[in-house]
Amino acid sequence: MLDTLTGFWHLQFMRHALMTGLLASIACGIIGTFVVVKRIVFLSGGISHTAYGGIGLGYFFGFNPIFGAIGFSLLAALGIAWVRHHASEREDTLIGIMWAMGMALGIFLIDKTPGYAPNLMSYLFGNILAVPTSDLILIFILDLIILIISFAFFKEFKALTFDEEHATVSGVPVIALNILLFCLIALTVVVLIKAVGIILVIALLTIPAAIVVQFRLSLEKTMAWAIVLGAIFTTLGLVISALFNITSGATIIMIACVGYLISLAIKQFFVRPMGARK
Amino acid sequence: MTANQIAVQVKNLYVYYESMPVLEDINLTVEHKDYLGIIGPNGGGKTTLLKTLIGLIRPQQGTVRIYDKPPYQAPELLGYVPQYTLFDRQYPISVWDVVMMGRLNHSGLFRRYNSEDKERAQSALELIGMQDFRDRQIGRLSGGQLQRVLIARAITSSPRILLLDEPTSSIDIESETSLYELLGELNKDMTIILVSHDIGVISQHVNSVACLNGHLYYHGSKDLTPEVIESVYGCPVDLIAHGAPHRVLKDHFHKGKKHA
Repeated sequence: MLDTLTGFWHLQFMRHALMTGLLASIACGIIGTFVVVKRIVFLSGGISHTAYGGIGLGYFFGFNPIFGAIGFSLLAALGIAWVRHHASEREDTLIGIMWAMGMALGIFLIDKTPGYAPNLMSYLFGNILAVPTSDLILIFILDLIILIISFAFFKEFKALTFDEEHATVSGVPVIALNILLFCLIALTVVVLIKAVGIILVIALLTIPAAIVVQFRLSLEKTMAWAIVLGAIFTTLGLVISALFNITSGATIIMIACVGYLISLAIKQFFVRPMGARK
Repeated sequence: MTANQIAVQVKNLYVYYESMPVLEDINLTVEHKDYLGIIGPNGGGKTTLLKTLIGLIRPQQGTVRIYDKPPYQAPELLGYVPQYTLFDRQYPISVWDVVMMGRLNHSGLFRRYNSEDKERAQSALELIGMQDFRDRQIGRLSGGQLQRVLIARAITSSPRILLLDEPTSSIDIESETSLYELLGELNKDMTIILVSHDIGVISQHVNSVACLNGHLYYHGSKDLTPEVIESVYGCPVDLIAHGAPHRVLKDHFHKGKKHA
């Protein structure tokens, strides 16, 4: 068993997979926490599924589909920001339509791609065991962008996810920063697509943060622990999927879901109900 | 009186929601250090007026001036206390972090909070008597405590005018009494405008009253006549709760009721 595990480290694709998992954990620990506390999980789902259109575009025109995913998810983020600002009462409907349209466009373009029909599954369910060096570098750069921007605007992001009206009254440029936050979600989605695939993005984006939020820490500590949990889930999932030859994305998410259930039990039985509520 | 002494000047204000008028032809002048209670029935536009005063709603017609400035150009003058019942109590944030947000209006992008910001937050916490709760997550506070924290956040921004939306809805009598004591204290330094549907309680504490139901029916001394109340609420309000119809606004009404 141990030999098998150390053997993994000597395989380049396993090292890449581990690093992809860690980079994904950092992005989803920070951005996922904002998504969970701001309750914009559905919106993030819309961004990630729309990205599939970009992947189809990449195949059709013969460029790296991940660039297509970046373009489409950013466009989706801007589109949703626009909808939110102009037609808020139909926001969920419009996000749902975009969600479906992106998926349909992706399938359509891949169908029309001449020659070899690529494996749809690898983008839908991710393939963390096949991350080439170029993609790893790209993911690293995306992570760096996410980190720098989140750090630079941390107090503003905290303010607008906590109380948007108060932030507006205080002169914080809420609309611009909302758009920026949606764009960061888009970049996080791209990182996560490589790790777990479009369909499972939402799970990895939300589960680590959702687990930690229950324990009522500060926002910073919530993010730190979400990163740790994400790293545990991806690493453990990766090892189990390699040992038993199961799809990596699904294994990671299963581990995360088990983690969530365990956290519910811990919360229920070990953390006594707190609060000076009257 | 110089223009400087006028805290709020509203002229010919109209606000619509999808062509439905919510506020019509509002004219209102509030002097510096006044303590104004805005009352009126639900749906009468109280919260809309408050949000227009702080610049969250842009009026379709008319002007709003806060110490001679449009509200969205005066963030450093405004202390806003929203309805605490609308808050997500699950949000992972401590009392201290909430109070620090009061400094957002003095601290631009890319700037970290400095020692002055922290001192002001600390003294606001001490003023509301909650320094021991500094690191507590807001879900672990009572409603009255959260309300005080939100007031501390507003004070931290060193405003000249404090605006509160239904500050006493669903908090217990004890918290309510101490809340009004706090507001009375704050009124020595700043203008206060608060919105409430609780006519009886409000009139004991404020200096002046505005009655709002689409139109501004009355603005002036807090000793309202039954006729004014009737025209605002559209029917004779059996004023209410404490069994002394139409005399509820008089000071003596609450004697022995809450300030025993």
